Amino acid sequence: MKPFAFTRATDADTAVQAATQPGARFLAGGTNIVDLMKEGVEAPDRLVDINRLPLAAIEAQPGGGLRLGALARNSDTANHPVLRTRYPLVAQAILAGASGQLRNAATNGGNLRQRTRCPYFYDVTQPCNKRAPGTGCSALQGFNRNHAVLGTSAKCIASYPGDMAQALHALDAVVQLQGPSGRRTIPIAQFHRLPGETPELDANLAPGELITAIDLPAESARFAQRSHYLKVRDRASYAFALVSVAAALDMEGSRIRQARICLGGVAHMPWRAREAEALLQGAEPGLPLFRQAADAALAGATGFEHNRFKIELAKRSIVRALETTTRSTA
Amino acid sequence: MTSLLPDERQADDLPDDANSPLLPAPAGQLTRRAFLAESGTTGIAGILASAPMAASVASAAQANADAAPPSSSMALALRVNGKPHAQQVDPRTTLLDLLREQMALPGTKKGCDHGQCGACTVLANGRRINSCLALALSHDGAEITTIEGLARGSELHPMQAAFIKHDGFQCGYCTSGQICSAVGMLREAEQGAPSHVTADVRRTGPMAPLSDAEIRERMSGNICRCGAYPGIVAAVREVSLAMPRAASSRRSRA
Ligand SMILES: Cc1cc2nc3c(=O)[nH]c(=O)nc-3n(C[C@H](O)[C@H](O)[C@H](O)COP(=O)(O)OP(=O)(O)OC[C@H]3O[C@@H](n4cnc5c(N)ncnc54)[C@H](O)[C@@H]3O)c2cc1C
Ligand code: SF4
Ligand code: FES
Ligand code: FES
Repeated sequence: MKPFAFTRATDADTAVQAATQPGARFLAGGTNIVDLMKEGVEAPDRLVDINRLPLAAIEAQPGGGLRLGALARNSDTANHPVLRTRYPLVAQAILAGASGQLRNAATNGGNLRQRTRCPYFYDVTQPCNKRAPGTGCSALQGFNRNHAVLGTSAKCIASYPGDMAQALHALDAVVQLQGPSGRRTIPIAQFHRLPGETPELDANLAPGELITAIDLPAESARFAQRSHYLKVRDRASYAFALVSVAAALDMEGSRIRQARICLGGVAHMPWRAREAEALLQGAEPGLPLFRQAADAALAGATGFEHNRFKIELAKRSIVRALETTTRSTA
Repeated sequence: MTSLLPDERQADDLPDDANSPLLPAPAGQLTRRAFLAESGTTGIAGILASAPMAASVASAAQANADAAPPSSSMALALRVNGKPHAQQVDPRTTLLDLLREQMALPGTKKGCDHGQCGACTVLANGRRINSCLALALSHDGAEITTIEGLARGSELHPMQAAFIKHDGFQCGYCTSGQICSAVGMLREAEQGAPSHVTADVRRTGPMAPLSDAEIRERMSGNICRCGAYPGIVAAVREVSLAMPRAASSRRSRA
């Protein structure tokens, strides 16, 4: 590991200031960045330890929403009584990821910023546009089983590996940021990004910008009765998703008032299936409708040599998740 | 145990460090003798069972050897198994390497060094974490418990005793991580934490005794290459049933 300077920040202003220097990175739980530093994928000159910042609280908001501190641990978040009862989809998604040990260390902010598990990204001897812009994408002609089928570019076909974010996207979470030029708030849909011409960027963040909190809006608690996170992977636990589906329905009588579907493992970012959501809205739930929605969600998908199976898998997973959702009531 | 003999012979046959295919070129103080002595606590079989395993141990030694100049080191103070410990550490030092290399506590094992196997599990302020992905400096002030700190004097921790009773191991390499993980896991369950296989996360009341499916899921961060899982599940089940059940799910202190 390359030597680096270590700074312990005690307030957000100094953390942001320190992290704005070139070559600086935040250190939260360390479960992703330390791993990448061991591999030489990340080689920061300075780590800014943000674990002492007062951002670990999970607080109910006056309007009925819930604020998840960026430094709250994934395990504490998934076990929070308000999150469990009002936003169970988020708890399910967190619990589907990593292991008990990792979730005890991993923070909500770090989780959103975790980097792809593309094997060429991890292997510093291989070309990779995300790690070393302009060197090419080894996955295009290489082993691309865990890669994306939606929203890819000729520069990068990596998939976003996380779980929690699919639930946050489905529930229209809002990300609170603090950067060198002040605070701002962005819908999570604008947080992650597609690779396009600049796959080295995973998120729309300015250098040194700190996630301070993630807000779950009060309205999204309407989905609490019917939501499900389905994760399909090579083994039953402790593995990244091949495909995952965060599905949530809000019913009005026998009709769907609103549907939310967000896919994981299929794109560079959590993929909201808005066409599918539109098809479901106002309709009565049923298998033919779910199949139609699943087809719509994957209509624009293109597979590569080893990952074509993901297209059919994602469709079936959407159907399965929606079926489970219509069964689950309080 | 006769089954250990081939491995022991293999160890004796290891060439000297200078031309070992398993160890890096001699760098710093690490000698073959020190390497073998160091690994002695689990039995050489565990360490030498595979080249990747040996390689990861060796690369840790390498990282140690080319440590940064002392000027970049920083003060660290924490408690390990109840005893205060203070020293200067290179910022690159993981909690795992601190324990093993600098505090002579080799009970905590290094398997993958990447958060993928759980062999390095320790308790930090009572919570289980992978010490291989934890930078020591970010745990300044923490209370760390390793496998060496679980027993009360000569009396084994109930989880240690249960692992012995139920044959919860074969080579023993994953065992200290399994035991620390199980201790942390039962505390999580006691606090009412749900898991991926919990039927309805919305139900926050008293928890039913952990089913085998729950134990397997909650322990899935610990890989056992020997496949001693039936014994591990039996040991964890026994201890969990003997524990006072949580009256209600206590709130997490986030
Ligand atoms: C073996 C293994 C299996 C895993 N399996 C899964 C899985 O199945 N599903 C899943 O979702 N995840 C999985 N993970 C990933 C894990 O969830 C992430 O590593 C973790 O959530 C990252 O959080 P952290 O706090 O440790 O981040 P760190 O490693 O500390 O930081 C990660 C990145 O985020 C940046 N960062 C951290 N906090 C902030 C902040 N507040 N503002 C801005 N930037 C910040 C850091 O600078 C760094 O670039 C797995 C990890 C491992 C090692
Ligand atoms: S898919 Fe993206 S991350 Fe993987 S090799 Fe290509 S550019 Fe790199
Ligand atoms: S050595 Fe830490 S998880 Fe494998
Ligand atoms: S007992 Fe050998 S790895 Fe688990």
